[in-house]
Amino acid sequence: MNQVETGIPKPLPLLEGLAGEFYGYCKNGELRFQRCRDCRSWRHVPREMCAGCGSWEWEWERSSGRGRVFTWTVVVRALHPAFQEACPYAPVVIEMEEGVRILSQVTDCPPDQLEIDMAVEVVFEDANEDVTLPKFRRGTS
Amino acid sequence: MDEACIVGIGETAYVRKPGSGLSTLGIQLQAAVRAIEDAGLEGSQIDGIMPFPNLGHAESFAANLGCENLRFQSIVWMGGAAPVASLRVAGAAVRQGLADYVLIPAGWNGYSGPRARQTVAEDVSSLPGGAIARDFYLPFGFSAPPQWYSVMARRHMHEFGTRPEQLGCIAVAMRKHAQRNPNAVMKGRAMTLEDYMASPMLADPYRLFDCCLETDGAAAVVVTTPERARDLGKEPVFIMGAASGQPFPADEITNRKDFFQTGLSLAAPEAFGQAGISPRDVDFAQIYDCFTFEVLQQLEEAGFCKRGEGGAFVEGGRIELGGELPVNTHGGLLSEAHVLGMNHIVEAVRQLRGDAGERQVANAEIGVVTGWGDFGDGSIAILRRA
Repeated sequence: MNQVETGIPKPLPLLEGLAGEFYGYCKNGELRFQRCRDCRSWRHVPREMCAGCGSWEWEWERSSGRGRVFTWTVVVRALHPAFQEACPYAPVVIEMEEGVRILSQVTDCPPDQLEIDMAVEVVFEDANEDVTLPKFRRGTS
Repeated sequence: MDEACIVGIGETAYVRKPGSGLSTLGIQLQAAVRAIEDAGLEGSQIDGIMPFPNLGHAESFAANLGCENLRFQSIVWMGGAAPVASLRVAGAAVRQGLADYVLIPAGWNGYSGPRARQTVAEDVSSLPGGAIARDFYLPFGFSAPPQWYSVMARRHMHEFGTRPEQLGCIAVAMRKHAQRNPNAVMKGRAMTLEDYMASPMLADPYRLFDCCLETDGAAAVVVTTPERARDLGKEPVFIMGAASGQPFPADEITNRKDFFQTGLSLAAPEAFGQAGISPRDVDFAQIYDCFTFEVLQQLEEAGFCKRGEGGAFVEGGRIELGGELPVNTHGGLLSEAHVLGMNHIVEAVRQLRGDAGERQVANAEIGVVTGWGDFGDGSIAILRRA
């Protein structure tokens, strides 16, 4: 559903800096978020330092990959040409077990079947040979 | 406070086809000239300019307007929250003597030039979290403001039972007000709640009629001190309180502990505190209406009603002319024109001068104007008539 060929390439992340590290783990089939070594809080999107305790010490810790649908929108008319043929599709905000939220899509669920608090789990989808995106499928609750 | 005031307002025609025929700078200069004339000033007396982010340089305005003594310039990087946030900064600047007369222009060819919808969907570099949007939003097709904000609308519907018809009440109220405004792009095009519900879905729950217009137009105001306003022989509109704020984090919209917190949640109590009044004392509100739900959310976060009660608040004509709190008496971004919220400031001044014609709010003494930008930055000014 999300891999319709439009001729216009879909935008991809730049594999630079902390975002590059995040997507590097995705390429290896691992969803990892930063976790502060001092106050142990998780964070997403990647940040240079912990806004909670000020620590610069952190590590990429493996997520359980499980979360729940927090909210979403259904894009019926794309505002980016690369997504026109994918419509309707749903960008979904997922709240992970670790507490962080991530913007993604639930690939095996038509937009009209999404529900708030629906259990989902991460899957990895190759966008091209360099970039793998973390997406989600229905999970067991 | 009352230590700063607005003495001049100016607007261009607001149009779609065939477009303004002016450049981005030219259309803003046209509005600026009118605001300066309205204040009873000459261009050479303007010594402070606060352009809208990405829409022009103070130097270009000064060179055209003949501001030979430009000694203050600043840009507030808060997207659509910038004009109202600039009012606050301009007020502080004139009080502190950084400038005598500050011009705040805003405007664009949002119809005949690059469309508003394209400016951020295809170029995120203007956003505060541009790299975040590029790396974590766009690859998933989360690419533009109606999509970003509609996830908040949906969550609000889930938590508080807010209904699409209530968003429709906002769109219908703005459209009704536009029928009384000769400069409104949507004058002559009435809309019912049924029309609203039948409009095509764009980013569910946002329909076409939840979204602001794309128009060509510009507006501008001039800010000075009450002492100088007296010398101009002009009835000023006083800035009783003004504040701006940002949600946390401001550069990323999905990971806020309080999902509905916006910059206005912080700014509104500050501004009302300065003014020494409460939301109940306000006669009208010009609320930045990029989309319908943002009006509802700002009414809540500004304290006009409690969080979760916005849906009921906007029903029953309460926000229409003649209602308890008329909102966007000019028609707003939804039905007058998308002039980046500068048209909201101009309309607030017009109302407080008693110059709003057939859409005049009777006995209007105190008005509120808000701005909303980027991922929920907020600004608010509380204005009163002389």
